[in-house]
This record gives sequence, C-alpha cells and structure tokens, in this order.
Amino acid sequence: MNVVHLLTGATDNPIWGRLTLQASQHDFITMGAVITMVAGLLAIVAGLTIFKKWGWLWHEWLTSLDPKRIGVMYIAVAVVMLLRGLADVGMMRAQQAVAAGHPGIVDAEHFQQIFTAHGTIMIFFVAMGLMFGIINLVLPLQLGARDVAFPFLNSVSFWLYFAGMVLVNASLVIGEIGATGWLAYPPLSELAYSPGVGVDYWIWSIQIAGIGSLLSGINFMTTIIKLRRAGMTLMKMPMFAWSVLNSMVLVIFAFPILTATLTLLTLDRTMGMHFFTAGGGGNAMMYVNLIWAWGHPEVYILVLPAFGIFSEVVPTFSGKRLFGYKSMVFALAAITFLSYVVWLHHFFTMGAGADVNAFFGIMTMVIAVPTGVKVFNWLFTMFRGRVRFTTPMLWFMGFVTTFVIGGMSGVLMSVPSVDFQLHNSLFLVAHFHNMIIGGVVFGFFAGLTYWFPKIFGFRLHEGLGRLAFWFWLIGFITAFTPLYILGMMGATRRLDHYDASLGWQWLFIVAGVGAALVVVGVGFQLLQLGWSIWKRKDLRDTTGDPWDGRTLEWSTPSPAPEYGFATLPAVTTRDPFWEAKQGNKQAIAPAPAVTNITVPHNTGLGVVIGAATGTFGFAVIWHIWWLLPVSLLATIVTIVARANDDDTERVIPAKELTV
Amino acid sequence: MTQPATRQPATRTPAPEREPISMFGFWVYLMTDCVIFACLFATYAVLHRNTAGGPGAAELFSLPFVLAETLILLTSSYTAGLGLLSARRGERRAMFAWLALTGLLGLAFLGLEISEFRNLVIEGNSWQRSGFLSAFFTLVGTHGLHIATGLVWLGVLADKLYFRGLMPGNLRRLALFTLFWHFLDVIWIFIFTFVYLLGVTS
Repeated sequence: MNVVHLLTGATDNPIWGRLTLQASQHDFITMGAVITMVAGLLAIVAGLTIFKKWGWLWHEWLTSLDPKRIGVMYIAVAVVMLLRGLADVGMMRAQQAVAAGHPGIVDAEHFQQIFTAHGTIMIFFVAMGLMFGIINLVLPLQLGARDVAFPFLNSVSFWLYFAGMVLVNASLVIGEIGATGWLAYPPLSELAYSPGVGVDYWIWSIQIAGIGSLLSGINFMTTIIKLRRAGMTLMKMPMFAWSVLNSMVLVIFAFPILTATLTLLTLDRTMGMHFFTAGGGGNAMMYVNLIWAWGHPEVYILVLPAFGIFSEVVPTFSGKRLFGYKSMVFALAAITFLSYVVWLHHFFTMGAGADVNAFFGIMTMVIAVPTGVKVFNWLFTMFRGRVRFTTPMLWFMGFVTTFVIGGMSGVLMSVPSVDFQLHNSLFLVAHFHNMIIGGVVFGFFAGLTYWFPKIFGFRLHEGLGRLAFWFWLIGFITAFTPLYILGMMGATRRLDHYDASLGWQWLFIVAGVGAALVVVGVGFQLLQLGWSIWKRKDLRDTTGDPWDGRTLEWSTPSPAPEYGFATLPAVTTRDPFWEAKQGNKQAIAPAPAVTNITVPHNTGLGVVIGAATGTFGFAVIWHIWWLLPVSLLATIVTIVARANDDDTERVIPAKELTV
Repeated sequence: MTQPATRQPATRTPAPEREPISMFGFWVYLMTDCVIFACLFATYAVLHRNTAGGPGAAELFSLPFVLAETLILLTSSYTAGLGLLSARRGERRAMFAWLALTGLLGLAFLGLEISEFRNLVIEGNSWQRSGFLSAFFTLVGTHGLHIATGLVWLGVLADKLYFRGLMPGNLRRLALFTLFWHFLDVIWIFIFTFVYLLGVTS
C-alpha cells in the first residue's frame, strides 16, 4: 500500500486511481472536438511515417539544443494552441449570440469549461509560447552571442512547456478541465466544490509549464548579463534585449509565487490541507492575493517583449535611431517595478478598505505614465522618418491605436469607485483583450514577420500579411467594442445565457461577427505561411539584411547558421550594424581570425524529463499513486545522467564555417 | 529539475569561462527559491492563528529539540564550507571527510525532522487538523525536501569527485552545492526564529 494512499484515505483503484473508461465518454460537441484533435494527431503521425520523417524530426528538431530550433518549436506549438483557443472563442461567441432567453448550444457546465480552457490556453500556451519562441530566435543573435547561457536547460524548459500543453489538451479527451475560470479561485476550486479532475488538470498543466517558464527566466537573464558581445555595455544593448531583461526579472520574481500558490492548492485538494478551504482555518482571500501577485506581473512579462519588438521594428522601418533610448530604458524599469505594486486592483471589491484601494488605485494610474512615455517615443521615432509601411509597421499602427484605447479603459477602472461598477463585467473583458491582443499578440505578429527571414531564409508574403492584418484589426474592434458597451449596460462576464428583454443580443451578434473576421484573419496568416513556403525561392533573402536592419542579428547570413556568428568582433555603439553600413569603421571591430567553434551535442534527455514530469502530473491528477515515485525517479535519474555526461559538445571546424 | 546548473563544463569549453556563468545562474535560481519560501512564510504568517480549535504553536513545539536541530544544521553548513576549502587546496582526504560529516549531519537533521512530524501526526495534529498546521507542515516540510534534495546531490557529487577527481568543473559543482547548503541554513534560521521562537513565546 502506498503512503499517500493511506494518509489521504482515498478509495481509488490501486492501479488506475480514479481513471475509468467513463472518463473519455463525452457529449456530442466535445466528442466532435476530441475526434478533430485525435484525427489531427493521427494525420501528423501518418504523414511522418509515410514520408519517413521520424528520424529527421528527432535528430533535427526534438533533440536540438540550438535556440533557434527550440524557438521554432515553441512557435509551432503556440500556433496550434492559438487555433485551439480560437475554437473555444467560436463556441463562446456562438453561445452568447443565441442564448437570449434560450439555453443555447452548450450547457452551463460546458460553457464554464470552455472559458476556463480559453483563458488558460491563450495565456500559458499561446502568449507565453510565442514570447519564449521569439526570445529564443532573436535574443542570442541580437546580443552577438552564439547560444544561451544554459543550452540544455533551454531544451528542458521547452519540454516542460510541451508537457503542460499535452496535459491541458488531454483534459479534453480523458476527463474534463476545471469549470472555475482561468485563475480557479477557491473555495470553488477546492475539492468540496470541484471534486472532479478538472481543477487538477488545470493545476498540473500550468504548474509544469510554469516551472519551464521559471527556468527560462533564469536562463535568459544569465544570457543577457553574462553573454553579451564584447563592447556591448548594458546601455548599448538593443531595446528588445532590454525589454527581455525586464521581463525576465519579472519572471524570476513572479513565477515562484505561481509555483508556490499552485502547490498550496494541490496540497488542499490531494492531502486535505486547509490553506484556502472554506473551513478548518483556511483563507480563500490569501489565494486571490497570491495568484494576482503572480498574475499582474505576468501581464507585463508578456507585454514588455512586445514593447521591445516595436522598439526594433519602428526604428528600422523609419530609418532612424530609436527616439529617447535612455527614457525607454527607465520607462521599462519603472514599469517593471510598478507592476509589483498594483496587483490588488484585480479585486478592489474584496473589501480591503478605502486606504488600501486608494494606494493601489493611484499606483495603477502611475503605471500609465512610463507606458505613455514609450508610446510617445515610438511616435517621435517615426516623426520625420522615412517610414516604410510594411506588415510589421501595420501591426505597430494597429497596436498603438488599440493599446491606447485599452490603456484608457484601464486607467478608468483604476479608480476604485468606478471599478465597483465595472468589476467582473464585460467591460473588463474588453479591456484586457485590448491589452493582450492589441498589445501582446500584435507585437508578436510584428516580430514574427520581421525576424522570419533571419530564421528561415525567406520573407513572408507581404500582400497576404496585410490582408491578415486588416481582418484582424477590423475583426478585433468589431468583436470588443460591443463588449465595452455591454459591460456598461451591466452584462457580467462568463454568462452562459441571459434574459431576452435586456436587449443585449444584437451586441453579442456583432461581437460574434467580429470574432469571425478575426478567424478569417488567422486563415489568411496560415495561407500566408503556406504560400510563402511554396514560393520561397521568389521570397529568398540573399543578403541576410532584408529590411536594412540596425542590430547585430542582421549581420549574419539568412537563415542564421547554428553557431550564429563565425567570428565575434567587439562593438562600440548602439545599432552597430547600421553604423557600420553608414561607414563608421569603429562601430564593429575588424573580424578576428576564424577558429573552431564548439556547440552542444543534441540530446534527447530534455524530452525524457518532459515526459517524466508530464507523467507525474497525470499521476497526481488521476490519483495513480504508484506512478508518482516511478516518474519522479525517472526525472532524477535523467538529471543525474546528464550531470555525469562529460561529452556534451562537438566542434565545428573553422573551414566549415560561413564567414 | 530545480537545479539550473545542469549544463556541463564541456570537455572543450574551458571551465574558467563557464564558472562565472554557472555561478550567476545559480544565484538567480537561489533567489527564485527564496521567493517560494517568502510565499510560504507569508502564508504561515496569515494562517498561524487559524488553529480551528486545535493546538497552537506554543502547545506543540519544544525549543530544546529545535535548538538541537538548528545546531546540527549550522554545523553541517560549517563542515560543508571546510570541505570546499580542502577541495580548493587539493586535500582529497580531508575533503571527503568533511563532506561525509556534512552528509551525516544532514541526515541527522532530516531524521529529527521526520520524527517531529511523525509525533505530531500520531498525536492527531497532522496537516489536516487546521490551517495553521497545514502552513507549518508545508513551510518546514519544503525546507526538509530541499535538505533531502541536497543530500542526493551531495551523494552524486561525491561519486563524481571520487571517480573523476578534483577537476575544475567538479570544484565548481562543489562550490554551487555549498551555496545551496548555506542558503538552506539561512532559510532555517528564519524558520527557527519565526515559527519556533516566536511561536513558543507568543
């Protein structure tokens, strides 16, 4: 008998835990989703088998420690998850468009699961995935480095993210996801009120992915501090690298809070503890505080790199230096600091009292100031520049418009007395989508378009990119403007149906039309990708510098080789590549002689750690207690095996390098 | 999984180049761990009066017992430091002696902690009894889990030092281990003060 089993007094099956055949029996709509997902998986497996690509996948991708390849894998997973999150959007919008005095197409329980899955997937597996993907692609190159500080750890981070992704999707097939909202407030998320496996799936998918993010934070922070090219002082660093540094500071101080909080909720649910329970001396409000002490910085973790991307895109396409470099750095630092002292604005209505609310309200207003500084700096960078309105610039223009609107609605809600009216309403939903879609997602799209040729060696088709942009922008505005109005009219979030006499239905229908337009935009993006791969010969980037770039990554050939740079000459200025092109001979020192380069070997141990950790999560979710020590031991043995492997690098001889 | 410095000093990348990178990365990791403990301390502070009709800190904890635990752990930190110094001077035997002593003291500490937990559970004061006891078991238990992890690490490291010698990469690993061990010492001092001393006196 298992110790945990005895202590918790559970009455589960000793081999299967609470896993039964009923777990994968679903209603009609869920079954459709399951079949789509399983069919997609089978198609991929069949394709890999027919074209004999398994070896290629394993050797070239899954086991690679090259940050560019890891980055591409992050982005590939994030794009698939974006489609999954969009499917949830389709169901929510359809439900609310028809559910005026009518039960609609899904029942309340399922509707709750859908919005929980939507929020969880979009934040943890789309936004975070895109962010770490882009950082992996760009950051080492921009710093003039050959790799990140800890290449193997980078692979482990990716595979933990992947394991979390697998769990959140497994919940659709085997079991359920929590019906609690994306932050699973107790006491609702406690065992007494959510006895199923849904909340456990939620906990373990983001716990594992979150630990991956934490390790990435340590890795990228060390990379920035320790691996910059000689001569690149902090104040000569590209602005994207600055934004990543600030974002990683937030990761390092915020993600441990998530780890701890989720652990406490797990202990409540599986060991019968009383942290957040309604009785027994628990305190549910502590959970709300803890989760937002992570959750608010998380928003800035996502948006700061997007700011960094725009700080690269705007100068490049305006043909000018970034306006106000120093003020940009200080604004980033100010946002980083302030983002820790605003978390309470997520629950002004909890009753902390007028003084506390006033403090957090004022801090929230203050954070708009450095953000405003950044917006003005970008606009001044464009001022009197020779602006080229390429797709990344269009995303920037769309971002400025939507982000400022979102920012204004945020400042409005930072007044606690106003927030009491708008709390938990669709106004809030519209606000944070304005920040996360208009800020984060548009930024990442701009970055992907901008850096795509550096990684793949050819550009994305411009016309289809523009079309995608316009559908996204118009669709986005059409989808969320009605939600602002509905929020003002008193519509709360997470409604699965409402009374027809309220007169809300036409606004929900308009919002549904907007969401459909966004889906068309995504369709054009996929078409753009497919078309560009098809026509890659015409779109080939032969120079390595397709946009007349300014920073070091554009000095490498496209696609950038595994080792990044054949030689590592010192730099003396900001925008060294641009300065060198302008004839400043001191900007980049003469290249030293080419020498042999060591790069890390591929290793499959990252995959093993991801698999073992994912299995551990699955075992806790389903109370399969015997599997816990097995998977834990597998993880430990793998780490020890890696620590005892002294042959982790290989040499690329100097004569094989592309200079 | 929580050790960021799993990256090897490669056979060909000179160890002195890796040293500051691993050191910095490990310090950053320690800070993240510090935040986890900060959350657990904050949780304990919020819940320490929520005894739900059960016993409080003053009735449960025995100061002489905890003092013994504390002295054992502090001594192990001292011997770990001496082990690193011997290693740097190339004194193999002294190093293994100090590291063995560190491991034994760590085991003794862990044994005492487990016996304390066991007694509490037997007397009906398990983590399920109240919010206060949940917070207590989690905070102190997380520290204990770290000690256990450290002991596994020490074992693996001793094996490496024995069979592969005091090469620079192994010295760096030993330095990282001692950092981790001292860090756990610092955390324990806070546990000793806030959980036990203040708990018994209030």
